[in-house]
Amino acid sequence: MMKKDNLTWIAIKTGLLSGVIAIFLCLIGMVEVFSKRDVVEKIITLGDFILLATAVSAGVIAARAASQTDQQRQPLKSLFAGALAGITTGVLIAAFIGLSQQINLRSVFLSASPSLFNLLTFKGGTSWIWMYPAIGIAAGLLGTTLFLLPEKFRQPITRAIFITFLMALFSGLFRVVMINQSSGIAKLAKYLFGQTGLTLSGAIIFFVAVVAISMFWSARSKNLQEGFARIPKRGQTSIRVVVFALLAYVVLMLPQVSGPFIAQVIVIVSLYALMGLGLNITLGFAGLLDLGFVAFFAVGAYTVGLLTSYGIFGLQHIPFWVAAPIAVLVSMMFGAFLGLPVLGIRGDYLAIATLGFGEIVRLLAGSDFLAPFFGGPQGIIGIQKPCLGTLGEFIRVDVPRVCNGLEFAGPKEIYYLAVASAILVAFIALRLQRSRLGRAWMAIREDEDVAEALGINLIQTKLLAYMLGAAFAGLGGAIFTVLVGSIFATSMQLIVSINVVALIIVGGMGSIPGVIVGAIALIGMPELLREVSEYRFLFYGAALIMMMLAKPEGLWPSQATLRELHHEDAGEDSEIAPAKSSQAKA
Amino acid sequence: MRTSFGERLLDLAVSGFLWGFRILIVLIVVLGTFLTIRAGKYTGEQWIDFVVFGISQGSIYALIALGYTMVYGILRMINFAHGEIFMSGAFGGYFIATWLTGIGFMDKYPVLGLIFSMLFGMLISTLIALLVERIAYRPLRGAPRLVPLISAIGASFFLQYTFRGFFGPGVYAYPSMKALEGQWMFFGIGILKVQIVVAIAAFVMMAILYSIVMFTKIGKAMRAVSENKDVAALMGIDVNRIIVTTFALGAAMAGAAGVLYALTYRQVNFFIGFTPGIKAFTAAVLGGIGNIPGAMVGGLVLGIVESVGPALFLDSLGIPRPYQLKDAIAYIMLVMILLFRPSGILGERVSKKA
Amino acid sequence: MNKRLLALLSVLVLASMVLAACGTPATEAPAATEAPAAATEAPAAATEAPAAMYECTDALGCVTIAPDEPVHIAYWGVLSGPDSSLGEDSKRGVEIAIDDLGGKFQGHDILLTTEDAGCTPEGGATAATKLATDTSIVGLIGSSCSDETVGGIATLTNAGLTTISPSNTRPVLSDPARGPDYAGYLRTAHSDAFQGKAVAEFAYNFLKVTKAATLHDGSTYAQALQQVFADEFVKLGGTIVAQEAVAKDATDMRPVLTTIAAAGPEFLYYPVFVAVGGYVTNQIRDVAGLENVYLAGSDGIFTADLLKGGGANTKGMYLSSPDFSAFTGDYAGFIAKHTAKYGGSTLSTFHAHAYDAANILFAALEQVAVVEADGTIYVPRQALRDAIFATKDYAGVTGNLSCSASGDCGAPVIAVYEIVNSDPASWNPADAANPNPKKVFP
Repeated sequence: MMKKDNLTWIAIKTGLLSGVIAIFLCLIGMVEVFSKRDVVEKIITLGDFILLATAVSAGVIAARAASQTDQQRQPLKSLFAGALAGITTGVLIAAFIGLSQQINLRSVFLSASPSLFNLLTFKGGTSWIWMYPAIGIAAGLLGTTLFLLPEKFRQPITRAIFITFLMALFSGLFRVVMINQSSGIAKLAKYLFGQTGLTLSGAIIFFVAVVAISMFWSARSKNLQEGFARIPKRGQTSIRVVVFALLAYVVLMLPQVSGPFIAQVIVIVSLYALMGLGLNITLGFAGLLDLGFVAFFAVGAYTVGLLTSYGIFGLQHIPFWVAAPIAVLVSMMFGAFLGLPVLGIRGDYLAIATLGFGEIVRLLAGSDFLAPFFGGPQGIIGIQKPCLGTLGEFIRVDVPRVCNGLEFAGPKEIYYLAVASAILVAFIALRLQRSRLGRAWMAIREDEDVAEALGINLIQTKLLAYMLGAAFAGLGGAIFTVLVGSIFATSMQLIVSINVVALIIVGGMGSIPGVIVGAIALIGMPELLREVSEYRFLFYGAALIMMMLAKPEGLWPSQATLRELHHEDAGEDSEIAPAKSSQAKA
Repeated sequence: MRTSFGERLLDLAVSGFLWGFRILIVLIVVLGTFLTIRAGKYTGEQWIDFVVFGISQGSIYALIALGYTMVYGILRMINFAHGEIFMSGAFGGYFIATWLTGIGFMDKYPVLGLIFSMLFGMLISTLIALLVERIAYRPLRGAPRLVPLISAIGASFFLQYTFRGFFGPGVYAYPSMKALEGQWMFFGIGILKVQIVVAIAAFVMMAILYSIVMFTKIGKAMRAVSENKDVAALMGIDVNRIIVTTFALGAAMAGAAGVLYALTYRQVNFFIGFTPGIKAFTAAVLGGIGNIPGAMVGGLVLGIVESVGPALFLDSLGIPRPYQLKDAIAYIMLVMILLFRPSGILGERVSKKA
Repeated sequence: MNKRLLALLSVLVLASMVLAACGTPATEAPAATEAPAAATEAPAAATEAPAAMYECTDALGCVTIAPDEPVHIAYWGVLSGPDSSLGEDSKRGVEIAIDDLGGKFQGHDILLTTEDAGCTPEGGATAATKLATDTSIVGLIGSSCSDETVGGIATLTNAGLTTISPSNTRPVLSDPARGPDYAGYLRTAHSDAFQGKAVAEFAYNFLKVTKAATLHDGSTYAQALQQVFADEFVKLGGTIVAQEAVAKDATDMRPVLTTIAAAGPEFLYYPVFVAVGGYVTNQIRDVAGLENVYLAGSDGIFTADLLKGGGANTKGMYLSSPDFSAFTGDYAGFIAKHTAKYGGSTLSTFHAHAYDAANILFAALEQVAVVEADGTIYVPRQALRDAIFATKDYAGVTGNLSCSASGDCGAPVIAVYEIVNSDPASWNPADAANPNPKKVFP
């Protein structure tokens, strides 16, 4: 019975692991904080849900292991493994609670508070902890059942659980947006969403709807695709045009319907997408790792700030439409200026040198040394909003000029500016990628020396990569300035540069749609999840790791990267690697 | 090769700019130094103090930089989470040191107490580093270079906010050790005890590490793996084990640095790893990344420049609050050194042409 | 071609009809702030109260809370990144205030939403925009950093919301000429302008020093405060021998302190935050020439954490802060609740200010909220705002608070304290018999 023993061990191991994760979630305080939010109102809180999820996933994993030890699926074996994993998780949590009654965990772990244990013991002291193994078994069996369901049902159900959970997570957002609409929709919102989670009826509706749609879809999608293919070419095109027009219409109307917050998030995503598109040229196309990209963003922002501000640092009080192109030009020049010294520096040396530039720009902008020009720590405030129409006269410092016409006052208006710029820049980047210059960049990325031997002028090509990348980032900075209405050096942190690099890789290096997808995933999601505030970056970090493990080529990889990944299986030193000669020897 | 007139002009302009840049920086440095020394604002003792402060800070940078450089040497990967490993060591040391102080052990046997704290800090940081390596890095071996970098950035955030969850955002203060207060006199110059202890501990650790890498079997294997993984594997070296050992050694150094850092500066919280992490990365690059003596040299140079630089170069040029710009000086120095030596102070020449 | 155009057009028309149906009220609702007459209709339509007996005539509209809905308040501030202890500290103050009410207001649960603003203007803008869209929010506490307020306040004010900041100290935020964007802004923290002056007078008149130096960390707060001090000190007849600064993330202060030592000051003022304050205090006696210099900081380091970071050197250090002897409330009782709930000591200076801010909000809510027989609550927004501004002699933990027309609620009485014991456990400025730090001026 070697196999059986093996399976037992795997199940227990899985259970232990998920138990440790559950205890971890308790100790970082997440369970307690999340217990104030509901997934389904009055039924299950978010805190309960994450604890339960650990046990359920232990069940799933154990059941999968059980099915792998044997070729033919034996439901009993799987159920046994799932239950074992579940009970192990439960016992571990129970042991943790018991331990906390004996020794004061709080002297080390701040979150191991009495209120956490009150919550975990249902306010009943240790007399209730036998519940945990029982709940563990139930959850483990639930996981196993989920796993054992035939494919046809399993997929819709897991999908439905996941989507219902997502709806619950974002329920506040949906509720707020819908409540601001007509009274019918507001009523619907209150029916579906509670203050902090779904209502019971809402949860059931979403669950059933997703199951139904996804079952219907899996049955029909093939037919639909074939049906689409059967339509004559012209018909296909017109359907595409209609879909495209619909999409454009949604993009146009979105801020009006969704309100300013969603607009603000989209603006920020677009700004990061602009920076991402810029860095995608330097890093994605030309392979030059830049960890100080925020420098160009800062240059664009400060240029517009200085040119348009009606505060004391405003130089010319010129309109945004003139200032923005100037900002782009200045950033471009700055790109060349910073690119020149690092032309001969490669690989990770380049990364740290550019990181240094980013920090130098931030330090100088916020320093007392240059405060007479850039405001130092007090920043530049009073930045004139863009105005379509004529601007009134500049009267005096601290008073904005009157806009006779359409003023881009808030996120709902700047949305159009940001989205249009992102689309324009994405289009430019797309053209650049397919141009002669784009191919030269990629040649440099693959191998500098070979590229040079092929007659590519390294200096010119690299400088152009820096300059164009900087120009895009500068445009982002320019829009950022008018969005916020003030600039402080504290906004130009290293973390911005890191985020931009991360979003490119997560999206898929060198891929333009990838940049957009990456920006939505890495910038949009955390913005929407602001209310989990203190755990935002914990999720962010975990998500980065998981995305890299699951999809190292990125969410929307370019064709070239895919090819590269396959041929790279041979040697792990990729093309962008610096020379291999530096090593750990004396 | 066909080069047009325009291209040659561009080349000329570029190299002209580069030389101008170098000359300008050197001029500023020389002029600043000259003016400062002529102004005589600082006494000789104060200059020595500046250097001593720099060495103390620099030896901590060097200890952290060792981990960066070792991992880089073997995996060609920037372990961005290394600063957080350092922070975890500081926290580990904190709990043991507080406990030892509480039971009165620390006052009786300060040296033993210090060693225990350091060992415990090293243990914690090593465990965490191995966990991170297992979960976030090992599955990505062989992926394109930037993929593990992003995973490391993720690990860095995750660890930071895990510690914030465990211990809250507040400050933890290391217990003060009576034995480390005050100064020792050397040739009439008073030097803080804590700085001497930090410097000595750092150099001992580095010496141990260096001898492990140079004179033991496992060190030999490490060097072999860093030369060429595939060949090393063919020679019967367990590459995986060597990589794990490297991570463990680097993390132990960072853990020790964490405890030493906390001894010097007293404060520990979840964010203390970030800036020293970046600085140590800079130090590793400065010395030539992948090169162990380079990391030590880089760390010390960085520490001394940060300490001496603002007073020596900027003070007399009429730049207000020069210490606000100490990081800027450090980074400009980095770029200057990379301009003259594109692979760091002790790194080998990698590119044929600047 | 024609067919395609036709299809496109018809789809567009259809879509616009659908979108218009749901889109219109959303765009109309904010307009209610301008027209009081229209407001009576708009909120009623938006909040489904068909048989409402109460008719909302408020200029900014009303928040309707149905019998089964919670009373929704929000906290916005810095909850991530290196400054998060500041925001977390204030958030705890708000949570304790809610606990004091048993988590209930007029039988409704109190729901607290928190938004991270990251201590930057853009973070403040985003958080404010998000909160402003949520029509169920009654009032807010926040922000933490003055930068966040600069970024977000216009959005909140224009949405008819009112926020009370527990920790913004930048003078301009409560300037009488601060503009209409700030109509919804108040603070229980005090303006920096008071503090710099008090410390200068203390140094020149009380300690009788004539040569002073300052050190700041590049933050808006510290830079402004040390400048106010320097100007006032010179006005009194003193000399500023050195003004230095370090980066916010610097840890080794000895080099910059050596530079300051070379100027030979008798008094060093560093109104920074806890981390830098701890490093400076801990290291300062190591530097030759500064062994006997007087040390002074301000409310940014008026916390037990300074004693943790600064160690034995904190003994004898001076700190300016609101005058705790004017504190009428039960600060010790507050601390007891804090310890029971969170374990460990407070994280920063402004927890009590946040507690008071939340209580002022609830007190004003109590005054203006209209409760129906079935438990429905109506909160008229303008009335709530007016009630908060009208707060007078509120007996808070941080003093007797009265809000001025420009939003200053904090008691502007500044005192200078001396730390008499460097043990963090002894920290209790409000203790009558044995205070630490102890008030020395005025």
